[in-house]
Amino acid sequence: MDKKYSAYLCTGCGIGDVVDIEALSGVVSSEMGMECKTHQALCSADGRALIEGDINENGVNTVIVGACSPRVMQDEFTFGDDKITVRANLREQVAWSNPPDADKEYVQEQASDYMRMACTQAKKSELPDPYLLETVNKRILVMGGGIAGLTAAKEAAAAGYEVTLVEKSDILGGKAVNWRHSFPTKAPWTDMETPIVNDLIQAVQDADKITVKTGTEVARTSGAPGNYNVTFKGAGTKSDWDAPAKVGVDEQDAIDKGTMEDPNVGLQHYMKDNPDGEKFGAVIMATGWTPADVSEYEHLGAGKFQNVLTNAEFEKIAGQGKIVRPSDGKPVESVAFVQSPGGSEHDRDFPYCNSVTSLVALKQAQYVREDNPNGKAYILYQHMRTPGNMELFYKAAQNDDGIFMTKANVMKIEESADGSLSVAAEDTLLNENLNLNVDMVVLAAGMVPTTKDANVVNLAYRQGPALSDLDLFDGYADSHFICFPYETRRTGVYACGGVRKATTVDETIDDATGAALKAIQCFESADRGVSVHPRSGDKTYPEFFMQRCTQCKRCTEECPFGAIDDDEKGTPLPNPTRCRRCGTCMGACPERIIGFKDYNVDMIGSMVKSIEVPDDDEDKLRFVAFVCENDAYPAIDMAAMRRLGINNLVRIIPVRCLGSVNMVWIKDAMSAGMDGAILLGCQYGDDYQCHFVKGSELADKRMVNIAETMGSLGLEVERVAVKQVAINEYHKIPEIINGFVEEIIDLGPNPFKGF
Amino acid sequence: MTDEHTPVSGGILVVGGGISGLTAALEAAEVGTDVFLVERNPYLGGRVAQLNQYFPKLCPPSCGLEINFKRIKNNRRIRVYTLTEVKDVSGSAGNFQVSLETSPRYVNNNCTGCNACVEVCPEERDNAFNFNMDKTKAIYKAHDMAFPMKYVIDMDACTKCGKCLEACKYEAIELDMEAKIFSLDVASIVWATGWNPYDASKMDKLKFGQSNAVITNMMMERLSAPNGPTEGKILRPGDNKEPESFAFVQCAGSRDENHLEYCSYICCMASLKQITYIRERYPEAKISVYYIDLRTPGKYEKFREKLMADEKITFIKGKVADIIPEADGGVTVVAENAVTGEKVQEKVDMAILATGMAPAIQTEGAALGLQMDSNGFLLGDADAGTIAAGCAKKAADVVTSNQSATAAALKAIQVLRR
Repeated sequence: MDKKYSAYLCTGCGIGDVVDIEALSGVVSSEMGMECKTHQALCSADGRALIEGDINENGVNTVIVGACSPRVMQDEFTFGDDKITVRANLREQVAWSNPPDADKEYVQEQASDYMRMACTQAKKSELPDPYLLETVNKRILVMGGGIAGLTAAKEAAAAGYEVTLVEKSDILGGKAVNWRHSFPTKAPWTDMETPIVNDLIQAVQDADKITVKTGTEVARTSGAPGNYNVTFKGAGTKSDWDAPAKVGVDEQDAIDKGTMEDPNVGLQHYMKDNPDGEKFGAVIMATGWTPADVSEYEHLGAGKFQNVLTNAEFEKIAGQGKIVRPSDGKPVESVAFVQSPGGSEHDRDFPYCNSVTSLVALKQAQYVREDNPNGKAYILYQHMRTPGNMELFYKAAQNDDGIFMTKANVMKIEESADGSLSVAAEDTLLNENLNLNVDMVVLAAGMVPTTKDANVVNLAYRQGPALSDLDLFDGYADSHFICFPYETRRTGVYACGGVRKATTVDETIDDATGAALKAIQCFESADRGVSVHPRSGDKTYPEFFMQRCTQCKRCTEECPFGAIDDDEKGTPLPNPTRCRRCGTCMGACPERIIGFKDYNVDMIGSMVKSIEVPDDDEDKLRFVAFVCENDAYPAIDMAAMRRLGINNLVRIIPVRCLGSVNMVWIKDAMSAGMDGAILLGCQYGDDYQCHFVKGSELADKRMVNIAETMGSLGLEVERVAVKQVAINEYHKIPEIINGFVEEIIDLGPNPFKGF
Repeated sequence: MTDEHTPVSGGILVVGGGISGLTAALEAAEVGTDVFLVERNPYLGGRVAQLNQYFPKLCPPSCGLEINFKRIKNNRRIRVYTLTEVKDVSGSAGNFQVSLETSPRYVNNNCTGCNACVEVCPEERDNAFNFNMDKTKAIYKAHDMAFPMKYVIDMDACTKCGKCLEACKYEAIELDMEAKIFSLDVASIVWATGWNPYDASKMDKLKFGQSNAVITNMMMERLSAPNGPTEGKILRPGDNKEPESFAFVQCAGSRDENHLEYCSYICCMASLKQITYIRERYPEAKISVYYIDLRTPGKYEKFREKLMADEKITFIKGKVADIIPEADGGVTVVAENAVTGEKVQEKVDMAILATGMAPAIQTEGAALGLQMDSNGFLLGDADAGTIAAGCAKKAADVVTSNQSATAAALKAIQVLRR
């Protein structure tokens, strides 16, 4: 677009008290060549009318607002999709960050730089032109035909979408088809229920919009949200369309040199499009769980004594009729349900339990009572885990005299000649050790997610076939985000049910329904050409200037979301509908060929260069701070609101994520004579807080390279720092920023200043 | 988008702007649905806005709220009404007429958030956001990160002296602002009305309100929060003592027929999380946890085990029977160890009651014709266009609430498309 600029300065909220507005206006008009108007409350109806007047009467389409933080008054300063607004944060970062006795000259220079940067940003910013797929496929693939998969399929279809449900086994229903009863899913939460699975199967089979494929599994899923290409195959068979294993840059080198075997021999290349594949818009992963192996617990006789069963084995027997002992077919009279492995080491439950196994024991204890009015069930637990309303189910079971429950540390289980078992336990609520003789022992084995040892989703992606980082969740396909439980590192793939965590039926139904919504939202967003979470609605996407690409593969390797594939030569092949718009690729690219319409290497570099660096005044050092716009930037705003004071030698530039910080910006700053650069991002490590997973961690890694560069230039490495700060740690902001500035002041000015 | 007074017809209504309501509203809007989000408080964020950190990551809730607020600002399909309550619902699924009332904020959209009004206001009020552990002026912003970032006047504290009117340069204050009644036509309604902390003073033996040393877990969140009444210092209310010993009283109200018969789901993890707050500030403090069961299942188990390795923390299986205020400002906690049978009496500087979640809507829900279970949790009937989400439906943690809220968004959309 042909841009017509106009800049506006607000003098309200204290800005006019600390800044010489006339002089500032002069900087904008003389240096930046833009008309500049002022108003005492730009956000007021009158102030906006001033801007709107210029838009309507003078054809202004690019507006620079020097006022409050871009985090506030967003509606007030939005003038339509065909206009660009750039904000300079003069209120929080200048008026509210300087103490009353601050040197006016310094404050004026600070405000001038913020306006120079904003005007530069406006000049380098373009309106977004959304990425649109030729056709957006809105069919949903549901993997898994258990309660989670059936629910997801049914709910997506009820919202009007076509669904294909694939199930490995020959029948639908998953584990639930073997259940005698299920625990309660609704008020009053006291009684066992008839499993809902048969109704669900019926509903799915009756739904016109749902296609069911049993005995089938996914060989590979290639493509991207809105345009997945899925190859199916017979369950348990091999196909040359099976998803290729991940081959990283180093592995590929080794394969090329012949020092490593290619793991993908005989498989179709990961970028090859199967002409016989079926098209989908999004994938719901509801592949469930398998019962955990408890044979490692020798003191409990697992796998050794015939009448020691797992809860899953017990359920199967109970589902088939009266409960009888495997050793001799004798109907059971007494059963001990052992909830924890016991021993003196610890009081934890069996692995992969969550709270489900406590509920299963309560249910199965009632089976014993159903089958035999004189039957006795003993539940031996360390911690009875019946959270929320499930407490009412627990309480109801306590009213049954035949169900005996106690905390107990199970030490040993032994078998008698007749096959009955003795259970020895300590630390019980009876204030004495316990010795029980029972017909059968049931161990509360956990639910191991199908993703623990298999790729399951089988993506044909450059970064490999599986979801990432599942070791953080013991192999469950869970999300790392508490606030955003469906977000993973693979856009368009949404896990639910037992593959995500050991979970109850009522929670599974909610989870699966939610996953269906996220799947729908994903391709509907693709259809509008906008990003999904966390930059939902963003119409920009990374564009690559391929002529200058050197095939270094950094972008394909570093993208946290696996959005970039590549060709045989290593040239990146971006998938914009997988992309979350964090800009990590842009930060990674040494050739600086990746950028967004309103956020790119040239823009931020030019903003850095627009900062005026005095070369003749040893007191006027200059610092640039690249700060994460999601957390660090709001924290700085809050520090300003509390008037905590931020050194006015610092110029703050918000970035989408620290992962998007291209190291050339730091070089730009240093070669412009600036004295230091600080990057503020989110906490990283196992409990990372980065919305884009890897941002601050990558920035920290890249620092190693920048340190080398600085060293070779004869600059101290201390001039560049990466710090972690959480959004609520605004009290730490002065210490972090001002502390950094003071360190560099001690170090002295950039020796190359003025060159 | 925070345009508070431009209703359009159609769409869905989400009642409650806590984490569940925000999630339901945003997830629906990002599919392309028109959403009205109403919240009774002058700010969004609900209970989680009061929390210092989430378990188990120990990350600040304001981080996720900031993203959610940004999503609202960027999405023209959502309209937010704060200080607003549902008065009446008529019609049926696909065609509800909802009558609502917005209480006066006494501050209009001219407010820039500059704080000049607060500086001149001579009157004070108890700060409910901080459980009355400090005061705000009569004109106040609920908390630092309040969204929308606008002030509000508590008319119970305001004397209409007019000082703020003079101080405000933007004509943002309207002391004569009146309540507005309006109506919306929507296809379905998501009720995400959340929870209130169970009233700890109902448990006589636990002496809440009788000794300053007895606080609730939600008060502990505010004491630990950098934007709380003590700027994150954990001090005993009243005498500001730095406590040297703490007792956590689990199931204070929950799992108790006389109070809340259900388990409140989050309190075990919440207490363990709060132990990390204490440990960070007082490395030598002695901490005891009195519990019935430690409900830290699944991935929370690692969190528990790390704390159980701390030698200065004692875990006692036993329900607290009594708390006795002591002359020095501390309290003695009385319990029976369920495993050893021994009676335990422990003197501590501070006792934290792990009070549970009581559904917030209660009697108002009944007045609106909503079906509830015997504990006041909403049953919901998705076919009838009435969908319950989050802790309005059952006690749950944030992850589970958000799963249920995302599900609620789809159920609401289904009604719209029938």
